[in-house]
Amino acid sequence: MNGAHDMGGMHGFGPIKAEPEATEPLFHADWERPVLALTLATGMLGKWNIDMSRHARERQLPADYLANSYYETWFAGLQTLLLDAGLISDEELASGKMSSPNADIEAPGPKRAAEILARGGPTLMDIPMSPQFQVGDHVRIINAHPTGHTRVPRYIRGRVGVIDHYNGVHVFADASALGQRQGQPQYNVRFEAQELWGDKARAGDRVHLDLWQPYLQRP
Amino acid sequence: MPHDGPDHTEPPGDIALRVKALESLLIEKGLVDAQALDEIIDTYQTKVGPQRGAKVVARAWVDADFKAHLLRDGTQAIAAMGYEGRQGEHMRVVENTDHIHNLVVCTLCSCYPWPVLGLPPVWYKSAPYRSRAVIDPRGVLAEFGTALDDSVDVRVWDSTSEMRYLVLPQRPTGTEGWGVEQLEKLVSRNSMIGVEKARQPEDVS
Repeated sequence: MNGAHDMGGMHGFGPIKAEPEATEPLFHADWERPVLALTLATGMLGKWNIDMSRHARERQLPADYLANSYYETWFAGLQTLLLDAGLISDEELASGKMSSPNADIEAPGPKRAAEILARGGPTLMDIPMSPQFQVGDHVRIINAHPTGHTRVPRYIRGRVGVIDHYNGVHVFADASALGQRQGQPQYNVRFEAQELWGDKARAGDRVHLDLWQPYLQRP
Repeated sequence: MPHDGPDHTEPPGDIALRVKALESLLIEKGLVDAQALDEIIDTYQTKVGPQRGAKVVARAWVDADFKAHLLRDGTQAIAAMGYEGRQGEHMRVVENTDHIHNLVVCTLCSCYPWPVLGLPPVWYKSAPYRSRAVIDPRGVLAEFGTALDDSVDVRVWDSTSEMRYLVLPQRPTGTEGWGVEQLEKLVSRNSMIGVEKARQPEDVS
């Protein structure tokens, strides 16, 4: 979707104002800890995947997305995921009180949670699919504007790049956000900065992105 | 709330209270385990952080075979050091040289190699960094005080899939004969994102 999350190349946000590495705290408010932990812990219930959780965050109203801190965005996304999955009701969210128990769900305990974090969720799929493009091929990025989740930022749409690396068959994010575990060949594609940003960009600078085959066409 | 669409106005409320209320509800419903929440927080507060990435980089600086393995198969080389898991399932290490400087960003969200760098800093997830890193990487580097020679090309890695990137910074001169533990102190988190170079020997003496 063409949302506020797709920020590459936007102007006007001002300086980065990074806190010094040596003194920046890991969390900036106590409530950020439970937002992180609740998001990861509920994700372990298997009711959604990482692409669905990304889409829940980017579906916020653009004004909210831009105004929120990142953990506020995670909190907004978490509520959307819980409601969409039917794990909580609007009434429960509003009141903070349980209306009905979720009988069939067993939350992982600390040991199991640690194991799940340590294992992660690999997206590489061992299925026989031949890549359509080879390293060195020129590719043009499709000019598509899906209203669902996609990992093609606006700033590369319609632009021509070169296949830099073949990453193998990976779970395709656009389908994954709809709950489908579908594999597609994935490539690292390099773009000349001038192809993306025009003559004022420095010749020789490049931007690399990892892109699935359905995003690519012959130029 | 966002899922209700534009007609809904979110009632005012302190976010800390709303988070607490949701946490209590989810525990009451058995959807999360309170001890598991503590375990998750403890993992990223005390176990997983950029000290791990520093060990990877310092080892690559002293061990040519390891470095070759790291650049060829980052996932496997890093996993062999015991660093793997969520948000580091597929790792690629990109090397800074006299001619190339690498910079990592996630313009669409906040993708970041957790097993080797921990949780991302606020600025990495911020609109200014995400918007500017791809269109004005040299301006971003300048803001971090990082100057590049005219002959150096910039490579920006926008993390749009589950591939995660770690920058292998250049080993500072004047560190010949240093041990791995000494070298680790030179490897800042920011140098592994690519916004800075590794610390100089005089910075840590």
